[in-house]
Amino acid sequence: MKEQHLTDTGRRSFLKTAGHLMIGFNLLPLAFCQTKGAQQESPRYPGIPVRPHIDNKLIDSWIRLDAEGYLTVLSGKQELGQGIKIALIQIAAEELDISPDRCRIINSDTGQTANEGFTAGSNSVEGSGKAIRNAAAEARLRLLKMAAERWGTEPNSLSVKDGIIRSPSGDEISYWKLLEGKIIEGAVTGEAIPKNFQNYQYVGQALKRDDIEKMAKGESHFIHDLRLPGMLHARVLHPPSYSARLDSLNSNQVESMPGIIKVIRNGSFLAVVAEREYQAVKAWEAMKSLATWKKSPIETLPGQLMDSMKNTSGTPEEVQMSEGIIEKIEKAPLKHQAEYFRPYHMHASMGPSCSVALWEENLLTVWTATQGVYPMRATLADLFSLDEDKIRCIGVPGSGCYGHNGADDVSGEAALIAKEFPGKPIRLQWMRESEHQWEPYGTAMAFQLSAGMDADGNLLAWETKIWSDSHSTRPNGRAGSFVSARHLEPPVEFRKGGFSGGSYRNGIPEYSIPAKQLLLYNYSGPLRTSSLRGLGAYGNTFAMESFLDELINKAEKDPVEFRLKNLEDPRAKTVVETLAEKSGWKTRQKSTSNGFGIAYSRYKNSTSYFAVLAEVEIDKGAKAYKLKKLTGVIDSGLVINPDGLKNQTEGGMIQSASWSMMEEVVYDQGGIVSKDWTSFPIIRMLDAPEVEVHLIDRPDTSPMGAGEAAMGPVAAAIANAIFDATGSRIRHLPLKAEKIDWDAIS
Amino acid sequence: MTQSISLRVNGQKQTISADPEEPLLYILREEFAVNGAKYGCGLHQCGACMVLADSKAEATCLRPCVSFEDTEITTLEGLARNGRLHPVQEAFIETQAAQCGYCLNGMVISAVALLTANNNPSEIEIKEALNPVICRCGTHSRFIQAVKLASEKLNSTK
Repeated sequence: MKEQHLTDTGRRSFLKTAGHLMIGFNLLPLAFCQTKGAQQESPRYPGIPVRPHIDNKLIDSWIRLDAEGYLTVLSGKQELGQGIKIALIQIAAEELDISPDRCRIINSDTGQTANEGFTAGSNSVEGSGKAIRNAAAEARLRLLKMAAERWGTEPNSLSVKDGIIRSPSGDEISYWKLLEGKIIEGAVTGEAIPKNFQNYQYVGQALKRDDIEKMAKGESHFIHDLRLPGMLHARVLHPPSYSARLDSLNSNQVESMPGIIKVIRNGSFLAVVAEREYQAVKAWEAMKSLATWKKSPIETLPGQLMDSMKNTSGTPEEVQMSEGIIEKIEKAPLKHQAEYFRPYHMHASMGPSCSVALWEENLLTVWTATQGVYPMRATLADLFSLDEDKIRCIGVPGSGCYGHNGADDVSGEAALIAKEFPGKPIRLQWMRESEHQWEPYGTAMAFQLSAGMDADGNLLAWETKIWSDSHSTRPNGRAGSFVSARHLEPPVEFRKGGFSGGSYRNGIPEYSIPAKQLLLYNYSGPLRTSSLRGLGAYGNTFAMESFLDELINKAEKDPVEFRLKNLEDPRAKTVVETLAEKSGWKTRQKSTSNGFGIAYSRYKNSTSYFAVLAEVEIDKGAKAYKLKKLTGVIDSGLVINPDGLKNQTEGGMIQSASWSMMEEVVYDQGGIVSKDWTSFPIIRMLDAPEVEVHLIDRPDTSPMGAGEAAMGPVAAAIANAIFDATGSRIRHLPLKAEKIDWDAIS
Repeated sequence: MTQSISLRVNGQKQTISADPEEPLLYILREEFAVNGAKYGCGLHQCGACMVLADSKAEATCLRPCVSFEDTEITTLEGLARNGRLHPVQEAFIETQAAQCGYCLNGMVISAVALLTANNNPSEIEIKEALNPVICRCGTHSRFIQAVKLASEKLNSTK
């Protein structure tokens, strides 16, 4: 590895800030440093020295050129399968004029990267991307100034191509030669002006993700693939339901099984540690049959949720009020009210949650697929009453999570188990049923919408009432958010915290309506809940765009024309117009066996614009329908990587189709019944619709998060298409065929 | 409990000492350090753990390792020939047919098995072949494109 040169000032401030942070930490993770380009390279990327993050204002917190011939980008955001690595590399490569082939990225590591909170809310490009862009632009300017000084010329007379600076008189020097191994010191001042989009060469290109190549070859990529020397395997037996507490377990019987090193029992937290993975699985099965539990039944059952929400939620939060709105609706020539419902939805990651933890002396290292390494570190610090600087959390990709799934819980559990085995890395992976039964679900929600229109179908007043449990119980410094911490003796208290804006995300219509009102009823439901892709926007948009379709039908208007008439934002209009044009809306072939539905939303009312057309085909004889095709149009501002944006949007559309048509978490008095892919079916190849995505690139505007934009509109578009095909308005998700009134179809 | 078991993985024969009932998946990941085949459900419901067993796509998370003794096992790692990736792998990379990638192994293995038996499959045949594998990210439409491209590649090199 190359020696790292720090100036005296740099070294002093480094030591002062970092203290003993890195001393004694196992540096094995360097082997898992995520690199770009798996092809044979010469010279090989040597990596950069592991150095703790000091201050996110510093250039080298984001950009490092201390690996000869390479640019290393550092980001506090995690790769979740959304393709953030290549997008951030493109942004950095663009500003520094370095070929993306020479770029590498290190994501979310409390030992190296900035604290960027959670990789959530589709804001990685907006947040991390912006910081990287500014740091890269600043780095380029510094380097040009250095070269100009050396040659006695002006920085703005110089040009750069693939990291080599050239002067008009023919001098040339590479960034790396210029730096001689030194880091670029100092803060991002804002003096450097990032490139104008007209000069972009890498941003906007459909560059390929190198991690897809790695995965296709079977190279180590996932947290599941970590293999550390001396590593032991663990499994946790979770209680059979939330309320269950361990009554008895003959742990001797389990410990006498082959390869079993220890059964850990602390209150109702049960884990087994074995030499081989399969031995841990066998022991888990044995524990499951041996353990007895005391539990009480779940009181509010699925069919009672809507009533329970309405009866137990108390006084609403007045999110937006409009005086006299109820009267306005009452007096309107055309008025309508309807109630909608979404059930609990599951992240249902395909790979189970997994983590590796290692205690050495009094230092804890956790390899984790969390969406937030720093909040994870704070929560571990709380769990173990340990200083944060004694803990390092290293982000490693997990199976796609789509929000807060079991990735955090498993990391806390791995650390709890590893504490009993100092010096031994402990790899903990959840069993399938734990994944299904213990993840925090996207909450069930209820909606009541009321609106009034004039005789010409102009919207006059609109009121939305929402009932919802929390959309955020992420670990953020309080150990009780780890589900297993609540099973310890004594149990760590779980404080759910305040209800966030996640519940009413997209609750207020963007349409031009003179009077709008939004009330939120906070509900504490029977199941564990947290963030799932889109949070409340999924259900709110389903309800709103379904309700709008009902109003449009009442007013006998065209769904495209109606939206265009009532939207003010020109970009919103363009998205809807483009959808109509690309999908052939006006020339659609309506028959007695098909239906078309449209929906539109601007995610969070402030980021990506998305409109979608769903086409369904019905089979009256079989009392079944099929989602034939989804056509989507998205405007998320400047497009960093068009193929990445398309891929994520296609994925969101198909995932939402699965949620919306098929999925609900099933539970009964005894606990969660949805425990595998048979009891909880999701969309598969044969049922997946054809998808078509059109991008509207706006290079002169800021890039906006896009990963969650499709979820809500797709749900409504399918419901609207079913109505168009059958006349049945399904207001309770999922949109199952048995909810259609087949006898009413002529 | 343990016995000597001989397995042929990616063309290499290796004799290991293992519980004969241990599912092949764990043996592949622990003894052969394979990353391709993954645990997804442990129930043969999701396809994450698939390998080629004598050119058929088979789940490995339940089926005992001893039952694979007379089988030629090929994992994702063993698909390349003479330093060149299998056309199916190339096609998945070219079409960027993955998001999180956890299902990629099952999709690629199923596609190779399909194209070995039928080098010019219809769209419905592709869907049927890939149906046993779950994808949670919603990459389905790209998998179809990838398999079509792989089919073209295989037919053009003949």
